[in-house]
Amino acid sequence: MALTTKHLLGIKDLTQEDIQLILSTATQFKEVLQRPVKKVPTLRDVTIVNLFYENSTRTRISFELAEKRLSADVVNFTVSNSSAAKGETLLDTVNNILSMKVDMVVMRHSASGAPHYLAKHIDAAIINAGDGINEHPTQALLDAFSMQEKLGQLAGLKVAIIGDIMHSRVALSNIYLLKKMGAEVMVSGPPTLIPTYLQEAMDIKVEYNIDKALAWCDVANVLRIQLERQNQPLFSSLREYNMAYGITKQRLDKLSKDIVIMHPGPINRGVEIDSDVADSAHSIILDQVENGVAVRMSCLYLLTGRTNPA
Amino acid sequence: MTLISEQQLPSIIKRLAHQILETYPGLTNAVIVGLQPRGIFLSDRIVAALHQELPADQVVYGKLDITFYRDDIRRELHLATQTDLPFSIEGKTVILIDDVLFTGRTIRAALDALLAFGRPSKVSLCVLVDRKPSRELPIQPDFTGKEMIDASPYKVKVRWKENDGVDDVILLVD
Repeated sequence: MALTTKHLLGIKDLTQEDIQLILSTATQFKEVLQRPVKKVPTLRDVTIVNLFYENSTRTRISFELAEKRLSADVVNFTVSNSSAAKGETLLDTVNNILSMKVDMVVMRHSASGAPHYLAKHIDAAIINAGDGINEHPTQALLDAFSMQEKLGQLAGLKVAIIGDIMHSRVALSNIYLLKKMGAEVMVSGPPTLIPTYLQEAMDIKVEYNIDKALAWCDVANVLRIQLERQNQPLFSSLREYNMAYGITKQRLDKLSKDIVIMHPGPINRGVEIDSDVADSAHSIILDQVENGVAVRMSCLYLLTGRTNPA
Repeated sequence: MTLISEQQLPSIIKRLAHQILETYPGLTNAVIVGLQPRGIFLSDRIVAALHQELPADQVVYGKLDITFYRDDIRRELHLATQTDLPFSIEGKTVILIDDVLFTGRTIRAALDALLAFGRPSKVSLCVLVDRKPSRELPIQPDFTGKEMIDASPYKVKVRWKENDGVDDVILLVD
């Protein structure tokens, strides 16, 4: 059994079996990360380039750690000090890198579809580490892994994705994944930040009242307000956003049950989530970060196994 | 063709358990580690036989998956199974258990994997079937259920009741 896909461009392309395979292999890698020696020789002689055309802390460090724990050779590329700043095209940059015998490309790009374009033109396996407002598949996989670890199984789980849905690749990847795994999905936030076609296109629930969304769900995945992707103001102020849609302790105290709180980071404390919620016992935000390394090791391992014999 | 019959298997397992005890009396400072996935069936049986002879707390037993230490990821993708070693192997004698010793590559990987958990003072190897003429690495077992003298063109298949419905070892045309 192997993945049905050569690249990891989005959750949209994966089957339910692919997702299960990635998650179960990640469980084994999580055990590896508890050992006295956390490094395994699995990807010895596999060379991976991390191409980051957009800023990232967590994802880049997480991928790099995953690659190093697997003994891969790692090359890092950030656009600010590269020839892309001199006007080189994406395809030229990548072809130049690949001519130096690189096996796999991990790429983040601000343009939606950039990794899909690349996949049509190059042979190396590509992992999408976030493309514009399209998908961020490894984030959705680590979110799913964390939910499964905390609550047992994904099927039948009620997950509310809250906040800036429109600009969020995390939201789209999570919706695809949760639907494929049989969870129920609701999105909630200001109407200006939820695409109007989403409910119909993705067959999910939309709830503009945040308190109703919280009362419905088992898990609240709270998204960051992405001010950098907004060309025009879509809500009046951060303070007003916090009052109307922020996840506060008062809101959670009103519920008759405990819900699990998630956030993909980076957190705007006091905007979409308050500190006493983000740091509470019901928050699994740091577990998400920890699990990210194991989940990415799993993706790297399974995709390398797909490449042909050298 | 049958290599070990259902009638022979229990005696062989009992003998292996006794040989282990003879070499490591009371299993003092020794631990048992079965290799995933198929070595586990044999190690489960040997551990059950050891429990007949020793108090339960003297038999320390774990399971090791060596998938991430293989040297053939680009030839064939293997799926990992659970590793469960909830004890330290530092300074201990580790008795590795697997069903068939063939090329020796699995045991090579297992030795690497084991070192990620600490530095054992000694590692010994117990197998049900030793396909000695097919070895590709200088690795030999310390406890052997049955040794195959000739290089065989057949595949050795160990079958277990709990997994395959029957207890025996047969030779299959590959």
